[in-house]
Amino acid sequence: MALQDLRVPTLGQAMRPNIWDVVALILVIGAMVLIVYGGEQTAAPLSALDITPVSLDPANLPAYALRTTMRMLLAIVCSIVFTFIYAALAAKSRRAEMVLIPLLDILQSVPILGFLTFTVVFFMNLFPGSVFGAELACVFAIFTSQAWNMTFSMYQSMRNVPKDLEEASQSFHLSGWQRFWRLDVPFAMPGLIWNTMMSMSGGWFFVVASEAITVGSTTVTLPGIGSYVALGIQKQNLPAIGYAILAMLLVIIAYDQLLFRPVVAWADKFRFEQTASASAPTSWMLDLFRRTRALRALSYPFAAMNKAISNLHLTLPAGLKLPARSGPPSRVIDALWLVLIVTSTGYAAWRTYAYLSATLAPSDFFTAIGYGLITLIRVVVLIFFATLIWVPVGVWIGLRPKLAERIQPLAQFLAAFPANLAFPVFVVVIVRFGLNANVWLSPLMILGTQWYILFNVIAGASAFPTDLREAAGSFHLRGWRWWTKVILPGIFPYYITGAITASGGSWNASIVAEVASWGDAHLTAAGLGAYIATATEAGDFPRVVLGIAIMCILVTLFNRLLWRPLYAFGERRLRLG
Amino acid sequence: MLDQTIQNSLLDIRGVCRSFPKGSGEDLLVLEKVDLTIQSGEIVGLLGRSGSGKSTLLRIIAGLIAPSSGDAKCRGETIVGPPNGVSMVFQSFALFPWLTVLQNVELGLEALGVESTERRTRALAAIDLIGLDGFESAYPKELSGGMRQRVGFARALVVHPDLLLMDEPFSALDVLTAETLRTDLIDLWIEGRLPIKSVLMVTHNIEEAVLMCDRILVFSSNPGRVAAEIKVDLPHPRNRLDPTFRQLVDSIYARMTQRAETRSLAIEGIQGTGVGMILNHVSSNVLSGLIETLAGPPYNGHADLPILAGHLQLEADEIFHLGEALQLLRFAQLSEGDLMLTDAGKRFAHMATDARKKLFAEHLINYVPVMGLIRRVLDERPSHTAPAARFRNELEDYMSEEYADETLKTIVSWARYAELFAYDEQSELFSLENPH
Repeated sequence: MALQDLRVPTLGQAMRPNIWDVVALILVIGAMVLIVYGGEQTAAPLSALDITPVSLDPANLPAYALRTTMRMLLAIVCSIVFTFIYAALAAKSRRAEMVLIPLLDILQSVPILGFLTFTVVFFMNLFPGSVFGAELACVFAIFTSQAWNMTFSMYQSMRNVPKDLEEASQSFHLSGWQRFWRLDVPFAMPGLIWNTMMSMSGGWFFVVASEAITVGSTTVTLPGIGSYVALGIQKQNLPAIGYAILAMLLVIIAYDQLLFRPVVAWADKFRFEQTASASAPTSWMLDLFRRTRALRALSYPFAAMNKAISNLHLTLPAGLKLPARSGPPSRVIDALWLVLIVTSTGYAAWRTYAYLSATLAPSDFFTAIGYGLITLIRVVVLIFFATLIWVPVGVWIGLRPKLAERIQPLAQFLAAFPANLAFPVFVVVIVRFGLNANVWLSPLMILGTQWYILFNVIAGASAFPTDLREAAGSFHLRGWRWWTKVILPGIFPYYITGAITASGGSWNASIVAEVASWGDAHLTAAGLGAYIATATEAGDFPRVVLGIAIMCILVTLFNRLLWRPLYAFGERRLRLG
Repeated sequence: MLDQTIQNSLLDIRGVCRSFPKGSGEDLLVLEKVDLTIQSGEIVGLLGRSGSGKSTLLRIIAGLIAPSSGDAKCRGETIVGPPNGVSMVFQSFALFPWLTVLQNVELGLEALGVESTERRTRALAAIDLIGLDGFESAYPKELSGGMRQRVGFARALVVHPDLLLMDEPFSALDVLTAETLRTDLIDLWIEGRLPIKSVLMVTHNIEEAVLMCDRILVFSSNPGRVAAEIKVDLPHPRNRLDPTFRQLVDSIYARMTQRAETRSLAIEGIQGTGVGMILNHVSSNVLSGLIETLAGPPYNGHADLPILAGHLQLEADEIFHLGEALQLLRFAQLSEGDLMLTDAGKRFAHMATDARKKLFAEHLINYVPVMGLIRRVLDERPSHTAPAARFRNELEDYMSEEYADETLKTIVSWARYAELFAYDEQSELFSLENPH
């Protein structure tokens, strides 16, 4: 949910939610209900975990940081595998596409932290009494925060493979498998890597949040930076929070330098452009690898493996092979497929209704919607203030290339930094000065995501053409007129990209931001996030499902009715060059 | 005797048709009953205007699309999917930007499962042959256009195809580069150093076809069919300045303009209202410029198309578009490869801007049926507005979506110049109000 799908709809294509979105929504919620229902039926008590307790000794932090990082890595591997399979399926099969793509859209809008409730129950029941289940639940939570936008990017790329390359690979007799590895994957690579990086940024937030979670009577604490902070909050130990922040800083820097920069620099060759760009990304790590013979030798097995995999002659038996597309697709199979979708949607709707109506009264719906609107107002107000602050700052920085070069990595870094680690610091202040939680907890929602606005605006302002600036200068455009006629339209597409990301992230963060505690002091702000969080803590699954469903619907509507039209407008009318 | 021909002919196309679905549900015929046979040892050219279906035919032969009806055989076997022994050179090069020159060339062999040392040897040989020595480890984006197309040739030749298909291989290159590549290729062909038996090339460049081909099939448009077959018996290397060469080029120009005349007349004749006419987008600035050029010396109202094309550095296809647009608007007339200004055209050349706009508007209303239609609808409606979709639907009854797009674009741009009616891009509405 941290990152939204940024497709530009083609002209005239409806952007309002359609029937497929409703189908997808029902399927997603239905699946959740089934998982919880199944978990409850096994009736196994969520057993207390037998694990070494987390300690606040800073000497343990490197080990914790390592475990957190490992979870992160595992999740990203899962996400990549998922991406390849899901995107390939959606891009190659028209029938699969009908369901898979709206499904992905809804999944992006599901608040991941709410998801955690179900997955913890599910995985703990799968591996009763072992840490493994909890670990899997945590990895799964990170996975759900990362996979969707990566999959979208891959799907988009696969649908947009240049026609001439497609024809070339066909006419040179590349098999489907070879084509996938030689054409589809390389072509999707730049977008995929960018989205993976963004996913990672978002992922830190969730890894930290999901290491220490309470579902009903069970508290799961996995050793890691997140649980270290949770313990610090419980023990009211401010220095410990400081250590954790420091450790996280170092981990993110190491991750960036040792993993992502080399990958980005390496992937530069996949960029689909016909002329060499002026400044290619660089990485000292990659240079080191390329220049050192011993290190380079390490890469040979991978290269050989890649070659071997992509040249595998995987051919389907003749009977299974799809005939070359001749004539319109079969209507009978289409009809059967539709019947199947309608049946499963009906079943999912019925199960959801049965489950929710058993415990919930209509008044609960109105309560949840009311809370949802409160959170909606928070998100809107926060985005407004963040815009007011960061757009001028971003423009000011972006128009000064030297400065932008230095600030830009910092802004990206701040976006990646899990803001929830810093929450306690704010909570301490609120508790000490007895501030109104309803107002002062709100800024936490945007603490981590406001940077997306800043760095996108900086990028937009840096990319603003010099000749247009000079033209504006020579016509003596100044002040208000300069802002509204020159620079704001110029950075609009960039700003929207940032604002969409920031708003999506804020919804998600509301679940941890609207409820905060420091030792024995508990602060709650009225809102949908708090509603879900309290329901989770109480193990009240029907209300969790309800809260998530409402948030899903609100986020989807908000995106479709506001952000996407704005984005489309920006892309169509205000994109420079 | 019969067996002999079948064995010798690499390619045998009989009565091939191809249609594409159109917006209105009916199919749009782009290729109609095309016959084509290619023997070993010849270079055959498919020459035609854009939209004449020649690229479609090439793709049918390459096995990339299937014919709607008719019989397409390669080496005696019906073509289903890309046939063995056929490879293709693309207009846009179609190189994989993430593979080096060597890897790009090896790709076709890899797909055939050729073992790696042999693959390397053959790839290096092809690279050597086509003059790419020293560029093996470069990435395509580091190369100039000409070098990139050489990679395209090496990649196609390395699989030792019997038939080499070329889809306007030189049209994305600048004039000098294209000429070098053409002569290099012809030299290799005459010396028998190319590992291929025959070549089939698509082009819209008349001189190029005459320079390279042994046989030229001239295509007519809407629907595409073979209008003429011309044998070129000139020995290689051919000289563009040779009078016989010039004569051949002139006669092909004349042949193609002849049909251009009948084409626009025929459409008006057949389709009563004539609303379904495809309008190629030509800027009003270019039209005015061309009229002025024609009116001035040395043409004085009468120009030979090949000469005019050379002077303005335009491709044959572009000069046809321009000439046809002028003919449609009755500012000039095309015949026998010549372009002559009409009286209206001569008057236009000497007018000031506002008078020009007025005359242009008059001709649009009178001679471009769809313009008259839109204007009438706008006049009749009380709101004086009409959505573009209304006219798009009507256009799509006659043409494909792409042509409808192009035609709408032309309508908007001409109407704006003539101040006939306005168009708002955001609401997609035509209206009578002009912002003043």
